[in-house]
Amino acid sequence: MKFSTKSLRLAGAGALLATTMAYSPAQAADDTIKVGVLHSLSGTMAISETTLKDTVLMLIDEQNKKGGVLGKQLEAVVVDPASDWPLFAEKARELLTVDKVDVMFGCWTSVSRKSVLPVIEELNGLLFYPVQYEGEESSKNVFYTGAAPNQQAIPATDYYLEELGVEKFALLGTDYVYPRTTNKILEAYLKDKGIPEEDIFVNYTPFGHSDWSKIVADVKALGADGKKVGVISTINGDANIGFYKELAAQGISADDIPVVAFSVGEEELSGLDTTNLVGHLAAWNYFMSADVPVNAEFIKTWHAFTGDDKRVTNDPMEATYIGFNMWVNAVEQAGTTDVDPVTEAMIGQKYPNLTGTEAEMLPNHHLTKPVLIGEIQADGQFDIISQTEPVPGDAWTDFLPESAVLESDWKDLKCGMYNTETKTCVQMKSNY
Amino acid sequence: MKNTFLARNPSVLVFILLLAVITLLATVFSEAYGTGLLPTNYVKILGKTLCLCLIAIAMDLVWGYCGILSLGHFAFFGLGGYMIGMWLMYARTEDIVIASMTNAALPPTPDEVRDAIGTQIFGVVGGSDVPLVWSFAHSLPIQLALVVLVPGLLALVFGWLAFRSRVTGVYLSILTQAMTLALSLYLFQNDSGLRGNNGLSGLQNIPGLTDAPQSVLSIWFMWGSALALGLGYVFAAWMVSGKFGNVVKAIRDDEARIRFLGYSVEAYKLFIFTVTAVIAAIAGAIYYPQAGIVNPAEIAPIASIYLAVWVAIGGRGRLYGAVIGAALVSLLSSWFTGGQAPDLPLGFYTVQWVDWWQVLLGLSFVLVTLFAPRGIAGMFDRLVRKDAA
Amino acid sequence: MLRPILIAAFLIATSPIFALAQDSSAETGAASVSEEVIVDATPETPTALGPLQAILQEHRNEVAKASRRTVDEVIDAVRAAKLPQGLTFLERWGDRELWQREEDGLFFFTEKADGQDLTLIDIDTGEAVGTISKGDIKQLKPNSGVRTVIASSLVASQLEDPDPARRRQALDAIERRAEKEHLEPLRASIETEEDPAIKARKERLLRVITISFGQTTETRVDAIRSFSQDLSLDARAALNPLVVTRIGYSEGEPEGVNVARTLTPGKDISREVAYKLLVDDEKAIAARTRAERKAALEANIEDGTVGGVPVSELSSQEARDRAYSSLVDEGKAPPFVTDETMDAELAKYTFYEAYADSNAEVTTAAAETLDSIDQYVGLNRFFSLVLDGLSLASIYFLAAIGLAITFGVMGVINMAHGEFIMIGAYTGYVVQQIIPNYTVSILVALPLAFVIAAAAGIALERLVIRHLASRPLETLLATFGVSIALQQIAKNVFGTQARPLTSPSWLDGAWVINDVVAVSYIRIAIFVLALVFFALLLFVLNRTRLGLEVRAVTQNPRMASSMGINPDRINMLTFGLGSGIAGIAGVAIGLFAKVTSELGQAYIVQSFMTVVVGGVGNIWGTLAGATMIGFLQKVIEFFNPSNTLAAQTYMIIFIIIFIQFRPKGIIALKGRAAGD
Repeated sequence: MKFSTKSLRLAGAGALLATTMAYSPAQAADDTIKVGVLHSLSGTMAISETTLKDTVLMLIDEQNKKGGVLGKQLEAVVVDPASDWPLFAEKARELLTVDKVDVMFGCWTSVSRKSVLPVIEELNGLLFYPVQYEGEESSKNVFYTGAAPNQQAIPATDYYLEELGVEKFALLGTDYVYPRTTNKILEAYLKDKGIPEEDIFVNYTPFGHSDWSKIVADVKALGADGKKVGVISTINGDANIGFYKELAAQGISADDIPVVAFSVGEEELSGLDTTNLVGHLAAWNYFMSADVPVNAEFIKTWHAFTGDDKRVTNDPMEATYIGFNMWVNAVEQAGTTDVDPVTEAMIGQKYPNLTGTEAEMLPNHHLTKPVLIGEIQADGQFDIISQTEPVPGDAWTDFLPESAVLESDWKDLKCGMYNTETKTCVQMKSNY
Repeated sequence: MKNTFLARNPSVLVFILLLAVITLLATVFSEAYGTGLLPTNYVKILGKTLCLCLIAIAMDLVWGYCGILSLGHFAFFGLGGYMIGMWLMYARTEDIVIASMTNAALPPTPDEVRDAIGTQIFGVVGGSDVPLVWSFAHSLPIQLALVVLVPGLLALVFGWLAFRSRVTGVYLSILTQAMTLALSLYLFQNDSGLRGNNGLSGLQNIPGLTDAPQSVLSIWFMWGSALALGLGYVFAAWMVSGKFGNVVKAIRDDEARIRFLGYSVEAYKLFIFTVTAVIAAIAGAIYYPQAGIVNPAEIAPIASIYLAVWVAIGGRGRLYGAVIGAALVSLLSSWFTGGQAPDLPLGFYTVQWVDWWQVLLGLSFVLVTLFAPRGIAGMFDRLVRKDAA
Repeated sequence: MLRPILIAAFLIATSPIFALAQDSSAETGAASVSEEVIVDATPETPTALGPLQAILQEHRNEVAKASRRTVDEVIDAVRAAKLPQGLTFLERWGDRELWQREEDGLFFFTEKADGQDLTLIDIDTGEAVGTISKGDIKQLKPNSGVRTVIASSLVASQLEDPDPARRRQALDAIERRAEKEHLEPLRASIETEEDPAIKARKERLLRVITISFGQTTETRVDAIRSFSQDLSLDARAALNPLVVTRIGYSEGEPEGVNVARTLTPGKDISREVAYKLLVDDEKAIAARTRAERKAALEANIEDGTVGGVPVSELSSQEARDRAYSSLVDEGKAPPFVTDETMDAELAKYTFYEAYADSNAEVTTAAAETLDSIDQYVGLNRFFSLVLDGLSLASIYFLAAIGLAITFGVMGVINMAHGEFIMIGAYTGYVVQQIIPNYTVSILVALPLAFVIAAAAGIALERLVIRHLASRPLETLLATFGVSIALQQIAKNVFGTQARPLTSPSWLDGAWVINDVVAVSYIRIAIFVLALVFFALLLFVLNRTRLGLEVRAVTQNPRMASSMGINPDRINMLTFGLGSGIAGIAGVAIGLFAKVTSELGQAYIVQSFMTVVVGGVGNIWGTLAGATMIGFLQKVIEFFNPSNTLAAQTYMIIFIIIFIQFRPKGIIALKGRAAGD
């Protein structure tokens, strides 16, 4: 039953020569700080998560070149939860109890995070979650470095309302938590803004949906009552390719019916020809095209690390970058890798993001992030047409009545789900 | 009677002994009750593997003994998990909600409690009402009954329809696969009321036992799994060793002939199909509290195909074959994908198992079906017979 | 080594200079930044600003950070100045050709110069005034909202532009944002229009905007009536706002409003909604919600009791209602609104739906015209549904036909069939990497995909399936093993990313019949491909020696073999044929969807269904199966448009039930051939 042979464990990390070189076998295990990487390397999510695994390995590599943390080298422990949600919980437990990692970077889908949550809360682990998500959560043991809905969905909707004058909304999404919750928040928000219910069209499709002709035609038909139509897409992953191909085929130009996507980044666009999609939008906190020296440096390091100068960078990579560096600084500040002092030191950490402003870790374990809106260009990159000042992330949305009364504050209230009406902490653990 | 049964099934005694030894050893080395050499994580893996062995036995009964290649037994397994998961989630949330309401000015009404539970459970998937299917979720006995009843009824109705119209062979396989796909697609919908793609999570926290650490719970569950597997094995061995078993095997070998002999082939098949579905559901109900989360991806058709592969590799028509196959392949899978397996340098190319394990697994099915149709157990049998000779 | 760089980057990022450079693209903090710009600017341009430049500098922020809400200000200022260069400026601004020099905030057009440099062109004179490095100047990118406003303001001047492209642009602008001021210029421009296509478009557009902006009721009604058989979106978009209604009420008969219909509370409108209208206008007392009543109870807790009821007993709604009633009696809370009081209040008023437009003639004409259009729309929707169904059916047919052949001939389920589709798609991708011309690459890819997939199929047949001849269930497992191995190999070779497979430009776009019915050319191409293969297979199976032999082996392999047919050879050839077609299907599917290693999986179960539903061993059966499944899915989607997933679930359940009644599929082989 004992699989744990120290030198073997690293082997799974992949053909990353740099890491192997950075890891000197002469070092005793005690001299290293272990960093768990919990991203799927196989299965459906590998498409997105492998990139993040490489990002963490690159960051560790860079940090080790700078002398590590607290005078110790960092050691990556990579496991593969294989896009299998129960396996995420199993591997998280393995990382925490068998490998005894000090911190974990991982998860992409919400369901994987929900699977891991009970384990890390039970074992008091530390997880950095780098992907935009639906909010409605704040765990003591998780730092959310991706966008909460108010850092992506709400500003993009504002852009529609104010800049493009959209009066009728089509909310298209893949049928799972993130689109469901985001659309629910958006519906409440739009009604708040005076958009009547009949002007909000909602549609859910399965993962990997490919037959889009009818849905796109339906969206087109929405224009029949003389209102400007805009599409807000939370369509996930591969399904976007068919969707955009159909948009192009039916000749829907961004000037007539703009589409703003929350899950389409540089990575997804590399799977299709974007010449017919120029002008459609995406909202993120980072675009590879951000014209800032730190970003240029980051991209250069990334290309050198992967040995492929065509590899794109994307928003979750930036979130990983910020989270990792904040963790390094928090550990230096706390003088230890123990979870409790580090989580305390994390709150208030500031680190420059890759778009020229600064990210700050808030007491609710979310970041401040600028909201960028980009237009798709013919080369598969985004042209940044709007950038806000950093917006503080909101764990519990203000636009749903049952969440508006909730607040998260791990600094003073020491609670992730505090009901401001009854003045009680609803629960210490998270909702999963 | 018992003597003759054991005499006819020497493997049962060996199996029970081995199972007991493994379980005891695991307990002795566990963190909760022993030396702590064996981390809780591995206890959980062991417990889960035992459940997989149980469903493999069910699969062996239905396929290896009765010749029905069902590609739907993981659907029953998952349903069992869903049924117990509903109670686990509801009861745990109820405790949290009631605790958070103790300080309220007015004592909560039942409606308020239910609404708060609804918000808590379904808030994460964009809902807030408790759907109708959760009507009994507050009651453990009812949900336990549903663990058996829901998958059992589904199997009964589906089996009745399928066998009645004499769907056989690959047609039946495809039909069971369609059923599995329909069920998983249904559960994938948010509107199914079972939290869509997210499924039910946090199942490892048992309501009322919040103080017991996972290291203790894992041992209990491992024992529960071992007990279920032991009982399941004995039951299966008893079923296939009597006259009933002979008829079942005869149906596998020549269905038409048995029908002409006056047996109601359909009734036998339906019985086996339903009973194995129930065994699968029970295995699922023990498995998912250990895994912590059950969701529609678990029910995807591919899982059931893997199940068939375990049984094929282990050896069809032998109960211990199914157990060997399930244990071996699932543990190997977990080892190879876990990043622990060493890379294999070939000089010009380094094989990383994370990437190549699936290829190896796939090719091994081909090789096993081509060259060792009786699986590992078949080879084992040959060895034993040689020794005896 | 990286640390100094990072530190430097950090310093730069936090320094004000940097912030300045950045902020021109950030939205906020702009005011303070532009002040700094002015302070820091070294006046390199000593000459006085041109007149247009001067105007723009007055509105520098509104130009640099154009927003739909502020752009009118700039346009008005530019137009008011009546400068000849003003129009050019607006056009080029809208075309994103305006640049702003970072050091002094002046605006220029540019042309490409050597290397990284740009030639600056003065916006007033149109003359080159120097060069600048790309890093020191920023392109202004007004968003599409702003561009719409700019384009709309240019309409009058562009309608008679000698360049037809500009004239079309003007018409686009009117379509996007029609304004009253467009009516007269548009009418005036029609006479002089020479291009017949543009002329027709102008005439039509004139009628459309007359609906909204026509001066007399008659012209508007005439314009409205003229669209009674036209289902184009823009006409409906002009008509629909006319028939927008709002709900109102009045004491006695409604007066001064254009009533669409009167409403009876409880029938046409829910009583609660009607009552809420009254409450909103403070004509009635609001009904207390449960939460409000609870708050009232909480506010009145005295010595552990509320209204005489102990707090501990208030854990049921009934007890709470009791406590609240006693609070009402004590006058501490507003009374309940009972059904009777609600009805009594509602009876005092007449509720109605009124058109926003007060002109009854126009609204009646619009409502009637829309009714008539709706019938056409309904008809066309149905037609569109049929086309969608056909398209999906042809995709399923292509994906399944190969499987049907192998399943029919050999009784073998090939789980790796989906992977042959994937192989075809990847072949298309690889060919496109080598041959950049999309048309040529598709023409090469189709036969190549056939050959490669067929070779893979033949290899599978010879190496695996042949040895499992009498064990169909085990074939299923073995081919499943091949399937996961192939999938993983594809992942290892091509990566997990979706790969682009782009259709040639002549397949871009759609065949637009009208604004309701449109089919993309790529789908038409797939449909044609499906037809071609259907015909080809019918020919091969029914008219050739090979087909005869295949049919013989299908019906009775032993008999066939005793007649001198080599069943092994036939099996191999059929398997190759079936797999090859899967490869071609892969190219087709990759063109309209995506190329990933999981592409095959998405179609495999549907393909099985198609074959099983249609009936084995018969191309007509597969056609029937694909048609049924494709149409069924579309019909279910039509009735449940917001959830495509549900459609798939119901379809599968339907198929399971269908098979109960026709276990051998729609078109079953009859007689001895049907033997198992």
